[in-house]
Amino acid sequence: MKARITITALVALLIFCAGYAALFIAPDEATMHAIQRIFYFHVASWNAMFCAFFVAFYASVAYLVTGKRKWDALGVSGVEVGVICCTIGLITGPLWARPVWGIWWTWDAKLTSTFILWLLFIAYLLLRGLVEDPEKKASLSAVFAIFASLDIPLVYLANRLWRTQHPQPVIAGGPDSGLDPMIGKVLLFCLIAEFCVMILVLLDRYRLEMLRNDAAELRYEIESRGLDASDNAATPALQKGGE
Amino acid sequence: MKNFEFLFTAWMVVWAVFFIYEFSIARRIAQTRAEIERLKQQLQQR
Repeated sequence: MKARITITALVALLIFCAGYAALFIAPDEATMHAIQRIFYFHVASWNAMFCAFFVAFYASVAYLVTGKRKWDALGVSGVEVGVICCTIGLITGPLWARPVWGIWWTWDAKLTSTFILWLLFIAYLLLRGLVEDPEKKASLSAVFAIFASLDIPLVYLANRLWRTQHPQPVIAGGPDSGLDPMIGKVLLFCLIAEFCVMILVLLDRYRLEMLRNDAAELRYEIESRGLDASDNAATPALQKGGE
Repeated sequence: MKNFEFLFTAWMVVWAVFFIYEFSIARRIAQTRAEIERLKQQLQQR
């Protein structure tokens, strides 16, 4: 518990420093000025999302290979955290686009493929809620996550393959791409900060899923002994105690 | 600072979404722990 509090405090400090660097240390960009600073949270959200969805993809393959429930728990955790990061990216993007492009949204390849990715993983989470049988739920979810992950390279490559309203890549984007050294350093700092937050949240979500598995096993044991597990499953008193 | 409202909103959105999500996870963990305790007691009683 003490280690957990220390790590959380360190990540909070990292977030504070990253925010300070993004808002006050990074230089103003020549054409967009202050609004360009959204870049530091926007790109960091996408980076965190790619990492979370990669975890989900890896865990889904591992589940199909091994059949171990811990991989299913990691898979759903990765998807849920990835959807959160994707949502942040989809909100901060239009907030940047409105003052710079004059529009909130456009259906170009980058934005559309990202929106489809978000919808696919929302569908994954809905699918899990519809299937009762745990084994069937885990297998279907793993297959669906692998299928949905096929959109990830498309999202990453969209503005490299097609002309888009979305800016061309500034990192590893060809001979004309590149960042001011100070902007690059601040961006790296923000990427690390949001990555750490993502990992912290992912671990908590994984812990929740493992606890849910424990609860499901206990319910199964009670049912197999012929007891009624739903006797007082959702009594107000217990719900209050849980909160 | 020009367009400060957009910058401020984006900054708030990032941490508000993470905070609300983390808070919801903590709440769900507490609820699940309480349910596990109840189920264990139910098993012991029989």
